[in-house]
Amino acid sequence: MTRMRETVIHTDRLTKRFGNFTAVDHISFDVGRGEIFGFLGANGAGKTTAMRMLCGLSRPTEGSGSVAGYDIATQPEMVKRNIGYMSQRFSLYEDLKVWENLRLFGGIYGLGARQTATKTDEMLCRLGLEGERDTLVKALPLGWKQKLAFSVAIFHKPRVVFLDEPTGGVDPAARRRFWELIYSAADSGITVFVTTHYMDEAEYCDRVSIMVDGRIEALDRPAALKRQFEAPTMDEVFRRLARKATRQSD
Amino acid sequence: MSRHSVVVDHIAKSYGRVKAVGNLSLDVGRGELFGIIGPDGAGKTTLFRILATLMLPDSGRATVGGLDVVADYRAVRGIIGYMPGRFSLYPDLTVEENLEFFATVFGTTVEANRHLVDDIYRQIEPFRKRPAGKLSGGMKQKLALSCALIHKPEVLLLDEPTTGVDPVSRKEFWAMLLKLRNEGITILVSTPYMDEATLCDRIALVKDGSLLGTDTPGGIVGRYPTALYAVRSADMHRLMADLAGYTGAASAFSFGDTFHVTLAPGTAPADLQSHLAALGHKAVCIEQTAPTVEDCFMLLSKKEE
Repeated sequence: MTRMRETVIHTDRLTKRFGNFTAVDHISFDVGRGEIFGFLGANGAGKTTAMRMLCGLSRPTEGSGSVAGYDIATQPEMVKRNIGYMSQRFSLYEDLKVWENLRLFGGIYGLGARQTATKTDEMLCRLGLEGERDTLVKALPLGWKQKLAFSVAIFHKPRVVFLDEPTGGVDPAARRRFWELIYSAADSGITVFVTTHYMDEAEYCDRVSIMVDGRIEALDRPAALKRQFEAPTMDEVFRRLARKATRQSD
Repeated sequence: MSRHSVVVDHIAKSYGRVKAVGNLSLDVGRGELFGIIGPDGAGKTTLFRILATLMLPDSGRATVGGLDVVADYRAVRGIIGYMPGRFSLYPDLTVEENLEFFATVFGTTVEANRHLVDDIYRQIEPFRKRPAGKLSGGMKQKLALSCALIHKPEVLLLDEPTTGVDPVSRKEFWAMLLKLRNEGITILVSTPYMDEATLCDRIALVKDGSLLGTDTPGGIVGRYPTALYAVRSADMHRLMADLAGYTGAASAFSFGDTFHVTLAPGTAPADLQSHLAALGHKAVCIEQTAPTVEDCFMLLSKKEE
């Protein structure tokens, strides 16, 4: 983790206010190419708002940021084109078949028909889902859906993929297999920006930030955070920080 | 009076060709805090809906407080407090209107049972004039629990009350459940978070509609059949691949900052140590560790397959 990496996400005093409520309060950090960056915080700490700004969906009130080399305030459309996004709540269209989902997302990200077709075959083969081309997504087991959703999120080879609680409710073995996909995406140079409520998953990240009341209260490698807070686990680190929270809103 | 508060006797339910719950049986004692632990798709919600008299089982029978969930469904509804997985309050009613509504539906008043919900309700009271739809996730959860409790139910059915909730709020929520249990309310609660299992009196591990095991958390963990080792090295990422490729390791799963490894018969920790050293791993550390409920779940679901 000590080698110099190209910066793919950069924020400088990034801030978002709604009326006189400061949801995100001057956060500054950099994330490198191929890094797995865990973005933690209690419900209502400001994670979702920060993530929406980084995805080009919400304009910062103050401060600045860039993702994949594009300014999140002035070039949000370019940001969107160069990122992937997956959440547990929304990822694939349940009433479309597997291949229809892939065609849709390929089209959205501007891949041509032929390129989409080739990549579809390649991806289904890699995931061992060749037999499921014509299956409706809603009929797939959750673990497969999750793998497919992740592969769709990186279908267009984005520089960064945002994963918003990607493993909620997934069974323990499938959850771990999902992290193997995350590792291999990171190895291929994709930066992974991930939120989770499973504190063991925080340990799998290269670096972790913890937000409290809109500010980043801690940011380091998991091992360093545990040393800093003299805590045996990330769960303990998280609890010590999150207890300081004073606000109560999402 | 039976000492069992909830009895599930060979309940099965399918949706078309999809088997949601298959021949499941369990008993929950009076005043027990009983956890149904399993991932999405395990059949937890279907089981709760059957117990809450909202759905008919295909076969089998179940009783709550000695009342049959099919024949006596009206009486069952009077003695249960049900908190469904999805937010189910009226978003356009305020916090206090929701609470009053649920009290009235059950023929009681907020004042009559205020003491039961006091601890929880006090935390959301500052927002009592706010529409429930405008509350944050944690506050919605507290209001939903208050509404499920306001008629003083004998049995609380809580379907994944902590899903998507951060670790700190989850701990607070479980502290509330323990208090309610101590007041004598029977609680049946489901969760996909294995770490919450240890807080229950007894647990049932479920997967794909079937029971993997029922016991106290200590009993489940105590039956783990082999020694479990926590393994780490300087290069954790490569270690994953190397453990997967080693025939001396029967299983290897990442667990926080270590891998939990069981060894194949005839393999000793020293064999693993020298194998990893030969592959160039530095700072290899192998320590025996106590299995968690999650270890047991993975072992039991592997056996099922």
